[in-house]
Amino acid sequence: MNGAKVELRGLRRNFSGTTALDGLDLTIEPGELIALLGPSGCGKTTALRCVAGFEQPDEGAVLIDGADITRVPANRRDAGMVFQSYSLFPNLSIRDNVAFGLRVRKVAAAKRHARAQELLELIGLPQIGERYPHQLSGGQQQRVALARALALEPRVLLLDEPLSALDAKVRVTLREEIRRLQLSLGITTIFVTHDQEEALSMADRVAVLRAGRLEQVADPATLYDRPTTAFVAEFVGTMNRIPGKLSGRTVTVLGQDLPVEGDVPATSDVEVLVRPETVIVTPDPSSEAMILVSSFRGSTSRLRVQLGDLEMLADVPGHDTVRLAPGTRVRVELVERPVLVSASSDVAAAVPVSEHDVV
Amino acid sequence: MAALTPAGPMAPVTPPAIAAGPGGRAGRPRRIRVWRGVVLLVAAVYFLVPLIASFTFTVKDASKGFTLDAYGQILSAEGFGKSLLLSLGLGVATIVVVLLLTLPAMLAVRLSVPKLKPVLEILCTLPLVVPPITFVAGITTILQWGPDHLADTPFFQTIIAAQNPDFPVVLVLAYVILALPFVYRALDAGLGALDARTLVEAARNLGASWPHLLFRVIVPNLRSALASASFLTLALVLGEFTIASLLHYQTFPVWIYTISGSQAQVSVAVSVFSLLITWLLLLVLSSAGARQRSGS
Ligand SMILES: Nc1ncnc2c1ncn2[C@@H]1O[C@H](COP(=O)(O)OP(=O)(O)OP(=O)(O)O)[C@@H](O)[C@H]1O
Ligand SMILES: [Mg+2]
Repeated sequence: MNGAKVELRGLRRNFSGTTALDGLDLTIEPGELIALLGPSGCGKTTALRCVAGFEQPDEGAVLIDGADITRVPANRRDAGMVFQSYSLFPNLSIRDNVAFGLRVRKVAAAKRHARAQELLELIGLPQIGERYPHQLSGGQQQRVALARALALEPRVLLLDEPLSALDAKVRVTLREEIRRLQLSLGITTIFVTHDQEEALSMADRVAVLRAGRLEQVADPATLYDRPTTAFVAEFVGTMNRIPGKLSGRTVTVLGQDLPVEGDVPATSDVEVLVRPETVIVTPDPSSEAMILVSSFRGSTSRLRVQLGDLEMLADVPGHDTVRLAPGTRVRVELVERPVLVSASSDVAAAVPVSEHDVV
Repeated sequence: MAALTPAGPMAPVTPPAIAAGPGGRAGRPRRIRVWRGVVLLVAAVYFLVPLIASFTFTVKDASKGFTLDAYGQILSAEGFGKSLLLSLGLGVATIVVVLLLTLPAMLAVRLSVPKLKPVLEILCTLPLVVPPITFVAGITTILQWGPDHLADTPFFQTIIAAQNPDFPVVLVLAYVILALPFVYRALDAGLGALDARTLVEAARNLGASWPHLLFRVIVPNLRSALASASFLTLALVLGEFTIASLLHYQTFPVWIYTISGSQAQVSVAVSVFSLLITWLLLLVLSSAGARQRSGS
């Protein structure tokens, strides 16, 4: 295995008042691709820059394979980085860009060029060595930046939203390509993103950050299906919060009794967290619930359904869209499966439960 | 310029526009063209008249009518080569010192303490508001004060050496300060166009040391800004008269002034000549900058 083990221990970083990192602990196993996911300003970039050496944590340590590198200058760290903004050197040809690190290390020109060619073939752009960065598309530039970061065979690869400047289609192909390369090279990779779909589709594990702290780290399926906190549940994917009554380990919601999973709050007035795809919507003229908005997304449609004072989202198959046009009266049910509940904490919880209108 | 040229491709669109709104914008392109002509004409008169007058003066001869003798005499005139070389030498030294001083400082401020940027800007712009005469007064005071108080120390030798008439280091120091505002502006524009932080971090990430990344990444990408900073500095040094004259150094402008008393025609010829040299340098430097722009 070529990848190194990376440990972040109690990282803390303060920028004149804003706490970017607030005791971040995270261990990344060798060869793993971990995605750092979180809302804007939660400290993802700062954490990555601490590993790269561009940022010094006020407290805490960064360890690579057990060795403390917190005070090692950036140019002596064994971590390649791809930046969010285009970072190729405009004055150098693509080949020289890729070979830049080797040149710094005084590798002979012939060897350097051969290696650069090898890497350009690896990223699928073998003929562009003589070109200059401004002659490439954004996607090509980011691929070259990836090749450049890989040229020194680093044991850690750091990616700070490398795809965010690209259009949707390129983004998908490129993320698959990055994943393929990462798997074949077995390089430990930290991938920063605020795109949950990107995180879920690429990563071995996803770490969700919130205000400089680790909220949950788990493989994508677990994170989506069993989020441990309401924050994660709502940040990853979409969640409906529906008021319910708790009794023991069962919760009564929308007239249905569902088993409860995970922590159970002390109060009996709770909110049930429900994914839109587990909401079943069927036309029923006698029901009080009504479809407000329907947005077609191709394979699915997302409906906004009004239910008394409550509004909830439901995903239905795209071919049902015609049946479920806005204004249609519908019956709303939930799929019978264990659900997460959280104590009614925010304003939404004050909305009175309207149980009379369904089933 | 781009805004002034749509006349061609826009032409087919114009007729309906006129039909739609009487008194529309049909007259605008023509008015712009007229104004452009006026501005160009005024500028041309302003720059060309003194130039042509100077040139005519140098080639007119009471007996022969037309002669290039004045230009021939330049090369043989006493002190021409020496003073020109001195000024060029001072110019090069000033460029080197001022760039070594400002570029790392500006880069460091941009990368690690952006809050200090206004301070640096004010500091670098300050020389613009200090009249050269004040400057000379200060320098003279220090040069007089120095020998009295430092007679026994190694500084004494330094102060004497700095005033060596063959290469007055003290003038370089003064010119560095005078050039600061121009160099700062030029480099600031260059750095602003460059995503310096990302480039520096990318290079650091690939193992480059600070000197390596300064000379292999920053400097090549700042070529046109460095060229214009150098040119402005050189032009300043080649034209600076007050300080050099008051400190009694025979730089090129001082020499021109000196001989103008005795040989008026030659001195004007030298002025025209030096203007041509300066233009030539400008052309070389700006074409170097242009080549970079097309290559990046
Ligand atoms: N150099 C800096 N100076 C001052 N504050 C900073 C600096 N860098 C980051 N911060 C602050 O630290 C917090 C975390 O920033 P960071 O860039 O790590 O967020 P992020 O999770 O990467 O967000 P985004 O998704 O928007 O990129 C933010 O509140 C930001 O304003
Ligand atoms: Mg960020």
